Amino acid sequence: MNVADVVSSLGLEVLCGADGLDREVTGGYASDLLSCVMAGAAAGQVWVTLQAHPNVVAVADLLGLACVIIAENVRPDEATVARANERGIPILSSAETTFTVVAGLVGQGVSGASPKHAR
Amino acid sequence: MGETQEAPVRKQPLIERAELTKVQELVYELRVEQVMTRDVITCTPDQTMSDLKEVLRLNRISGVPIVDQGQMVGMISVESLIKALEQGEADHLIGEKMTRRYQSVRADDTLAGAVALFARFKYGRFPVVDADGNLVGILTQGDIVRGLLRQLETLWHSEEIRRYRASHIFEDIESEQTTLILRYHVKAQDFVHGGEASSKVKRALERLGAHPQFLRRVSVATYEAETNIMIHSHGGEIIVEAQPNAIKVVAVDTGPGIEDVEQALLAGYSTAPDWIRELGFGAGMGLANIRSCTDRMQLTSVMGEGTRLEMVFDLTVGSGE
Repeated sequence: MNVADVVSSLGLEVLCGADGLDREVTGGYASDLLSCVMAGAAAGQVWVTLQAHPNVVAVADLLGLACVIIAENVRPDEATVARANERGIPILSSAETTFTVVAGLVGQGVSGASPKHAR
Repeated sequence: MGETQEAPVRKQPLIERAELTKVQELVYELRVEQVMTRDVITCTPDQTMSDLKEVLRLNRISGVPIVDQGQMVGMISVESLIKALEQGEADHLIGEKMTRRYQSVRADDTLAGAVALFARFKYGRFPVVDADGNLVGILTQGDIVRGLLRQLETLWHSEEIRRYRASHIFEDIESEQTTLILRYHVKAQDFVHGGEASSKVKRALERLGAHPQFLRRVSVATYEAETNIMIHSHGGEIIVEAQPNAIKVVAVDTGPGIEDVEQALLAGYSTAPDWIRELGFGAGMGLANIRSCTDRMQLTSVMGEGTRLEMVFDLTVGSGE
C-alpha cells in the first residue's frame, strides 16, 4: 500500500508534497507531541496529527515518514506547505477526528505497531 | 493524421501526477538537439514511392524528410505511401506525393515546445532544423521519452557519485586523525526554520554513508537539541564532528542557562510556556529522547552564560553502522 492508496481509500485531500504519493506505507502513528513522534514513529509510517506548523515537516523528514495526515480540517500555513513541497512529503487533510482517521487506517490494514523505538 | 479527435480532458491519476513532476522540470531544461536522432534517413524527390516503401521497411520507420541537393524540400509518411500503393501509384515520384508545407521544430527549442507540437499536430515525427533552416535531425516521441529517461538516470548517477565521494573522504584524505566539522546556526523562536539544521545534518551524514539506524539516532537527538535551542535559548549553534569511528554533535547556546540540570533531565519535566506546548513542543521528553539515542551525553549549563550539550554516537564495527 502506498500513500496514494491511503488518499483514495480514506477520501483525503492532498494539500501538498504530491511528489511523495508513491511512498510505501509501513504502518501508522498518532500524536500531537513532537517529541513522542520523534521517539515512537518509524520510517515509512503515516502520522496522524492536529499540528500544522513547519516543524511537522521537519519531524516527518527526519524520520522518513510516508506522509502526514492532519485531522479535523486544520490547515497548514504557507511555510509548512512550501517546506513539504520542497521535501516531497505529502500532507493530507481529513475533516474527521484523529480517532476516526486512525480507525479508517486500521480498516485498511495499516498497523499501529511501532517496529523500532530509538533503541 | 490531423483529423484525430482530441481525447476529452481526463483528471490525471495522482500517481502519474507525482511521477511527472521531475520530468516536467526536465522538459523545460532539455533542448530538442539533446534528444533528437542525428543520423537522419532521407529520400530525394526523384525516388519512386516503391523506393520509399523499401526505405521505410528496411529502417522500420514511418516517415522521412525529403532532401534535394542538401536542401530540405518536404516530408512524406507511411500514410501517403499506403494511399499511393492502393491507387497503384508505386512508380510515381516522391516529389509529387510529398507534403511541401511541413511543420519543423528548432534544434534549440525546449522539449516542452516539441511536446506541444506533438499534441497539436498529431504527426509521428518532426524534422529538426537549425537557425538557418538546415535539416540537422529528426524527433519522435520515442526520442523524447528516451532522452528524459537518460537524463533522469544521469541525475540519479550524479547523486550516487556525490555519495560515493563523500563516503570515501576518510579513506581518501590521509592524516593522523581526520575530522570533518559541520556548523549550523539556530535562531531563537524561529519556528518556521526549526528542524532545518537537523535535516542538513541528516543529509550530510547520509552522503557520508551512514547506516539508516545510525542516522535515525543522530537525527532524533539533533532535532531535540535544535528544538531546545530554538525554544529555550537566545540562539546558538549545532556543531557536528564527524570522525571515522564516531559522530559528536555539540549543541551550544548563549543563555539564559538551565537552573537545575538534574531536574531538566527528568522525563516529563518541562519549563515550556503554554503557547509552545500547544504547538506540540515542551512535552519534557526532549532530553530523555536524546539520552536514549546517544552512546554518551553530557549537559552543562551556567546561568547567564549558556548551555552546552555534548552527544556522542559510536560507529561500532560489525553493527552494520
